[in-house]
Amino acid sequence: MSSPLLSVRGLKIGATVYPPDAKPHDIKIVHGVDFDVEAGKVLGLIGESGAGKSTIGLATMAYGRGGVKLTGGTVFVNSRDVLQSDRRDVRNLRGAEVTYVSQSAAASFNPAKRIMEQVIEAAVSQSKFSKSDAQARAVELFRKLDLPEPETIGDRFPHQVSGGQLQRCMTALALCPEPDLVVFDEPTTALDVTTQIDVLKAIKEAIRDTGVAALYITHDLAVVAQVSDHIMVLRQGEMIEYGTTDQIINAPVDEYTKALVSVRSIDHKEKPPSGEPLLRVQNITARYRGTKFDVLKDINVDLHAGQTLAVVGESGSGKSTLARVITGLLPAREGVVNFSGRELSPELANRSQDDLRELQMIYQMADTAMNPRQTVGTIIGRPLEFYFGLKGAEKQKRIKELLDEIEMGDGFIDRYPAELSGGQKQRVCIARALAAKPKLIICDEVTSALDPLVADGILKLLLDLQKVEDVAYLFITHDIATVRAIADSIAVMYQGEVARYGGKTEVLSPPFDDYTDLLLSSVPEMKLGWLEDVIANRKMQSGGN
Amino acid sequence: MHPILKLVAQRLSLGILLLFAASALLFGLTEVLPGDAAQAQLGQSATPENLANLREEMGLNRPAITRYAEWIGGILTGDMGNALSNKLPIGEQIGKRLGATMFLAFWAALISVPVAIMLGLVAVRYLNRWPDKVISGSTLAAISLPEFMIAYILIFVFAVKLGWAPSFANVPPDMPLLEKLHSISLPIAVLTMVVLAHMMRMTRAAILNVMQSAYIETAELKGLSSFEVIRKHAFPNAVAPIVNVVMINLAYLVVGVVVVEAVFAYPGMGQYLVDAVVKRDVPVVLTSGIIFSAVYIILNMIADIVSILSNPRLRHPK
Repeated sequence: MSSPLLSVRGLKIGATVYPPDAKPHDIKIVHGVDFDVEAGKVLGLIGESGAGKSTIGLATMAYGRGGVKLTGGTVFVNSRDVLQSDRRDVRNLRGAEVTYVSQSAAASFNPAKRIMEQVIEAAVSQSKFSKSDAQARAVELFRKLDLPEPETIGDRFPHQVSGGQLQRCMTALALCPEPDLVVFDEPTTALDVTTQIDVLKAIKEAIRDTGVAALYITHDLAVVAQVSDHIMVLRQGEMIEYGTTDQIINAPVDEYTKALVSVRSIDHKEKPPSGEPLLRVQNITARYRGTKFDVLKDINVDLHAGQTLAVVGESGSGKSTLARVITGLLPAREGVVNFSGRELSPELANRSQDDLRELQMIYQMADTAMNPRQTVGTIIGRPLEFYFGLKGAEKQKRIKELLDEIEMGDGFIDRYPAELSGGQKQRVCIARALAAKPKLIICDEVTSALDPLVADGILKLLLDLQKVEDVAYLFITHDIATVRAIADSIAVMYQGEVARYGGKTEVLSPPFDDYTDLLLSSVPEMKLGWLEDVIANRKMQSGGN
Repeated sequence: MHPILKLVAQRLSLGILLLFAASALLFGLTEVLPGDAAQAQLGQSATPENLANLREEMGLNRPAITRYAEWIGGILTGDMGNALSNKLPIGEQIGKRLGATMFLAFWAALISVPVAIMLGLVAVRYLNRWPDKVISGSTLAAISLPEFMIAYILIFVFAVKLGWAPSFANVPPDMPLLEKLHSISLPIAVLTMVVLAHMMRMTRAAILNVMQSAYIETAELKGLSSFEVIRKHAFPNAVAPIVNVVMINLAYLVVGVVVVEAVFAYPGMGQYLVDAVVKRDVPVVLTSGIIFSAVYIILNMIADIVSILSNPRLRHPK
């Protein structure tokens, strides 16, 4: 083939923003990028949030979200410039030549329609297949994607299948019209690692078997390394580096790419436990009101002063419920929580002010954990007033100290949360927790919503603060890399029980129990062929059993 | 039991409970009204003696609880009793009047509901462009005018000036359907204009709300046309709020037509009720009131049940 399937030249994308206290103005999102995708090849687009990855992906379908405008350059698909096409031509392109797989299949499927109807819709309305042929093809795809009951799963509604299954249905939706190019936009980001590996495998095999070309968008270099032939690194709307997957992973040239490849470089040595534990969770069993099912079953863990206990597990494993029991938001049915040498009342309402002060929380969504109408100074100042009665100059001085501790200057005192970046918001939440001079901070997925490099900065900050303030962390996460970086001890949770518990080295060294083995081996590694190795290993094991 | 059946059964029993509460409230309110039927009938000529006699005769002296029980018992057994003022059976009277009101409401609904929903869909399709602005602006103007004002304007233009339609909506029972419709064309037009705006604007808002969803983007990226996206993917998810506002307006068409009936001298429930209130004819007021309540409660119950049915999570549990 002489000309490539997709050819993008000088693509410029802008948007009109409407800030609350300023006039609407235009900003540039993408500043002219060039790339090609040959038929049947996969190009990975990688970068942090705001890098313009999704915007570029959608531009290949002549689509701009919200106020996004495609302002310049050319996007040739099958030798036709889609940015110059009229409405009818664009409609014929979408869903026929180029299709799209979004991050959240749960939101991208219409809840009121059956899966089959939605999967074949594009193929039928674009007259690529008759209804019965499209259905046959969909069943074939369901089978190829390892979905259970491929013959009948299409009759279900989206809420009747699991998240990982729905993500595979979305892939079937994209492949059903036999497109030339599929745009995968973070298709596995919202999934648990053990689910992600199945979906990743299904997508990779489907790409290989159908010979379709793909743009694979993600922030996770280890994931993109498994599926793509080439990788383009983007940052703030500009191309930083482009090369084969092998070159980007093993011999990155640009500094930024090097930082991405070597992310999570924190080396934290496990501290051995000494003396009486600060927090002692004993035989905790809990269920939510009105349910007949224990979400936590006989949990026993200890945490020593100045140390970090990582609670790791998939969604639904009970990690956040454990935090709710410890903080008193959900009184346990059985068992006791000992803290700092005293037994904590199960009910939040019966706890003393010191109980409340010494046990603070930081949340995943810094955005929703702060009052958007309060300044940073007010947010951090509140616990100072509430617990210590600080006022005036004394309070201001302490706020400045805390801002210094989180490595943000006192210039931020009068800023509002909306004016801060994601990482800065999370830092303010950390400062607010520290202001209470707690002995224990429960960190619930505090880095999950952040880009890898930013998350890395937050973890380093937490470790530094631990040394200075001698505070203990109960660190809830689903991310094994984070656990490796900061934990002293680890509790692996599975279906409401502690599957494995002990010091970091002990928990992360073989021999493993089945679940921990599955969890650890599912974490993508930044090397070529990792996916194939894992799958081959698993096949061998299940064949041996 | 299927969760849907359970929810529907809950709504039904709640509706019946509400109806009883409404009957008690109505009865209580008529009790505290100043004056009674005896006074209204005797007017200026009332002396303490014949007032007392007439009250005795009408049964107004008995305790409130007895009269309430009697009235409810009558309704439950299908006997609505006789009017105090003219001794005619209430059931028969209301039967005729309610039929007339329902006839008017039915035709007004048959026109206004589909037109409102279509206009709502078109407004979303051409959002912030001229069709949207014309639709939103004109319906807003129609809802802002008092209904008697619209009625008189229509009478002036179509009855007086052009002579296309009668200003007096007379529908004797033996009139052929087409003539009846011609006779009530102006009241239908007024009612349609009054309820159209509310339904159209709610349809537009409900669909716009759904248009923010990720699955709408999916549909657009399938290459569907804008109208297909709205009709196939947005509308089915906006059914619940739309049905709600449609039902509220249908209820209004039955219950709230007093003014329009008065302007066009249409012999419906509205006029009957107004007459009864003037004459302090409590049994008629009560019975009309309870029928209006029932219409309101039943229509809202239907809206609730449709919302439940339109939710695939309830219709098809895991």
